[in-house]
Amino acid sequence: MTQYADGITAEIVAEHGINDEEYAIILDRLGRAPNMVELGIFSVMWSEHCSYKSSRAHLGKFPTSGEKVIQGPGENAGVIDIGDGQAAIFKMESHNHPSYIEPYQGAATGVGGILRDVFTMGARPVALMNALRFGAPDHEKTTHLVGGVVAGIGGYGNCVGVPTVGGETNFHEGYNGNILVNAMAVGLADADKIFYARGAEPGQPIVYVGSKTGRDGIHGATMASAEFDDESEEKRPTVQVGDPFTEKKLIEACLELMATDAIAAIQDMGAAGLTSSSVEMADKGGIGIKLDMDSVPQREDNMTTYEMMLSESQERMLVIMKPGREDVAKAIFEKWELDVAVIGETTDTGRMVLEHKGEIVCDIPIAPLADDAPKYERPYYAPEVRAQIDAKDVAQPSHMGEVLLKLMASPNMASKAWIWRQYDRHVMADTAASSEDPSDAAIVRVHGTNKALAITTDCTPRYCFADPFEGGKQAVAEAWRNLTATGADPIAITDCLNFGNPEREEIMGQFVGCVEGMAMACKALDFPVVSGNVSLYNETNGVAIPPTPAVGGVGLIPDMDQRQGFGCMSEGDIVLVVGETKGAMGASLYLREIEGREDGGAPAVDLGIEKMHGDFVRDQIRAGRLTACHDLSDGGLACAAADMALASQCGIKLAHEPENPVPMHGFLFAEDQARYLVAAKREDALAILQDAKAEDVPVHVVGLAGGTAVSVNGAHHLELDRLREAWEGWLPGLMSSEAMAAE
Amino acid sequence: MKSAVIVFPGSNCDRDAHDAIARVTGEAPAMVWHQETELPEGTEFLMVPGGFSYGDYLRCGAMASRSNIMPAIIAHAESGAPVLGVCNGFQILTESGLLPGSLMRNAGLSFVCEKAPLSVANGNTRFTSRYDSEAELIIPIAHHDGNYFADDETLNRVEGDGQVVFRYGNNPNGSARDIAGIVNAKGNVLGMMPHPERAVDAKHGGTDGLALFESLLGSA
Repeated sequence: MTQYADGITAEIVAEHGINDEEYAIILDRLGRAPNMVELGIFSVMWSEHCSYKSSRAHLGKFPTSGEKVIQGPGENAGVIDIGDGQAAIFKMESHNHPSYIEPYQGAATGVGGILRDVFTMGARPVALMNALRFGAPDHEKTTHLVGGVVAGIGGYGNCVGVPTVGGETNFHEGYNGNILVNAMAVGLADADKIFYARGAEPGQPIVYVGSKTGRDGIHGATMASAEFDDESEEKRPTVQVGDPFTEKKLIEACLELMATDAIAAIQDMGAAGLTSSSVEMADKGGIGIKLDMDSVPQREDNMTTYEMMLSESQERMLVIMKPGREDVAKAIFEKWELDVAVIGETTDTGRMVLEHKGEIVCDIPIAPLADDAPKYERPYYAPEVRAQIDAKDVAQPSHMGEVLLKLMASPNMASKAWIWRQYDRHVMADTAASSEDPSDAAIVRVHGTNKALAITTDCTPRYCFADPFEGGKQAVAEAWRNLTATGADPIAITDCLNFGNPEREEIMGQFVGCVEGMAMACKALDFPVVSGNVSLYNETNGVAIPPTPAVGGVGLIPDMDQRQGFGCMSEGDIVLVVGETKGAMGASLYLREIEGREDGGAPAVDLGIEKMHGDFVRDQIRAGRLTACHDLSDGGLACAAADMALASQCGIKLAHEPENPVPMHGFLFAEDQARYLVAAKREDALAILQDAKAEDVPVHVVGLAGGTAVSVNGAHHLELDRLREAWEGWLPGLMSSEAMAAE
Repeated sequence: MKSAVIVFPGSNCDRDAHDAIARVTGEAPAMVWHQETELPEGTEFLMVPGGFSYGDYLRCGAMASRSNIMPAIIAHAESGAPVLGVCNGFQILTESGLLPGSLMRNAGLSFVCEKAPLSVANGNTRFTSRYDSEAELIIPIAHHDGNYFADDETLNRVEGDGQVVFRYGNNPNGSARDIAGIVNAKGNVLGMMPHPERAVDAKHGGTDGLALFESLLGSA
């Protein structure tokens, strides 16, 4: 017989997203029925967003350790060794659901949350990235969402003073009802001064710092764990409101406190706020906690324990201090005009006990909330394998220059300057390459050294949709390739796995396929996963987003003077392709934009070849032989050549040999993997070809730099001026239609 | 040269200012918290850095201009010592009355970050003596409220008196008469929206900001 505490009904339990089976477990673990506070706490901790209940069974497939990994998944962010006693700390996280409902605040608080994950660990944040996916450009909501999300990301990052250095923005009708806003933060710290959520012991004071707790964001984590329907707009009150000014003060105050050796454990209050931060630290320390809810700084009158525990008010941290050091925190936080209060202490009971107005309002064991949370092996099936499409089976267009123009002005390829002009990319004065620069990854100098971090975000959802396993491999391989093309040694990745409803076998199949593909690539490329986030239920009225496992890659450029871009090609340079072009057209940008079809298999990724070609390119960069280097991805060789020509303000005369078995449009637009386009002076090109021969790497001369156009075999001209106008014009054109509509 | 950088809650270019000054002068500036009421003994050059002091709430620079340290900044400026306000620092200097005019929301209504082409309009100030007259520079900008405004009489006066120090080559924010930076009548207080402290290293941002700090070093 099911039991309910006073005032609780089956409907209330269901509204908390807890099913019958899960409720039975709560009854079993408590030995009684939960009250409203306890039900709320179980509800958020067991939400998909906090518990990873559908995904945990598969995340273990990722390689998470390595020579350079200091901390893998399980903490607030991953930590890697970048030499000289320094560490880079990074993570990517989604803020999809709130950004769709309220784009400015949803995106802004996404930035705030990911920054806290990084500085919680003792790092000074040094770079922000974002991976954005919007619906079809002509969808009624798209321009409004683009404008709001971009303003929100800028509004927060610019004020906090961390440069937003790069990212990617794609458009596809599959995101009409669920946009993706994935934000990544990277920080730097001394490798021996990292702070963890673990480390608390019984008898230590629990100190609350930052903003006051209000009624905003209650049940945000639960919202982010459900599909949208027609009433989703009504969920606006669950979206939190960001205050970057407070965050900036919180960063400085926390870093100041961290320099004092007074902290036992520290955790930011993100999703499920006070609940998850206290449970995480108690669970990781194997201890209990007792909180006095009357001491929690409150923004509004008469807040209940339920509201305080579930609030997602922003810019708050929970610190477990070494006993007797509370005054240290007090002095620092008062200097920064932030709230600070001792709200409880750690215990040895293994239980979470909450007292409010003289009454115990919650008394539950910690274990079932965290490690013992439900974990599902959801059934799934792998999608049918789609046949690859060869260029020979695709009609040849008549004028390649016109096709190239259309591709470069298409939503995914067009310049995103309208977006990145709104982000401060230079604050902190260490940005060596950002979105505006011709570089496959953002480059941020490690302050005060001659080293630099290379940072990229990548994913090709149309490949993941066509073939989750190959698409998962490709997302990792492309990140690795982009870092390599700047001359960096790729080190590790973070990820943000965005999928639909995992209770549907088809979606779960996409998830498992992508994870397994990514895991294989991470192993083969020695590119482990050190942190990440899963966002499921990106679905509206039963329509899921394309599978989108966004990868955030970080690498190290040991010597800044050897960094590589693709904007310094000049007249007379030889243009070469590293890697084989076989004519893979399945799921390509060409098919989508030119033929209006999205069929065919994803291009296969041979990881051994990927590694060999990348290592070859990196060696050539470090030998100082390249004037330009660009990875080949969307739109193939021709689009990479167009990027290089635009950035270098120098045309390229491409040559397609008549004896080439791949037809001209395959040569230009196929998306075969493991390829790079490079330019070099004539004598360097000869040396490259010699090395290639010796190392058995396929390298072919494909063109000559010069003139004012991209052309093929002396025909198919596309003048750079015309190309630039179309490439730069698309997004401003789209967004000015938004402005006109608003007037 | 002894320098100081003011730090308000929300300042975020204070470290960049510190590093640029240290690099050029060979001496690290003192970092002065907004609650102080005096500058360190012997301070010559004072910099009010960029950022979002007090969150830019109310109006950019308005709250900072009424902070505890402000009287000391004003006294320092009145003594004729060099004061440089960049971005939010420029806004604070106009709000406090040390410089004429004000900075309104960008004409395009959006935050703008770009490497902005500038020209030196007056190469004879203590901030610009190391630049060639009418030199063309590239210095990064990053602001939401950089649209310089003053009434015509004031604009005519500052132009006539050579107080306009930098002009935009490609006006990014609607500033009156393309003004990117101005000095006070005495020529010892400079406010500018572009960030010279972000342009002191060839590896990032270029080096077009270096001469500004070098000019000061020669003048102090």
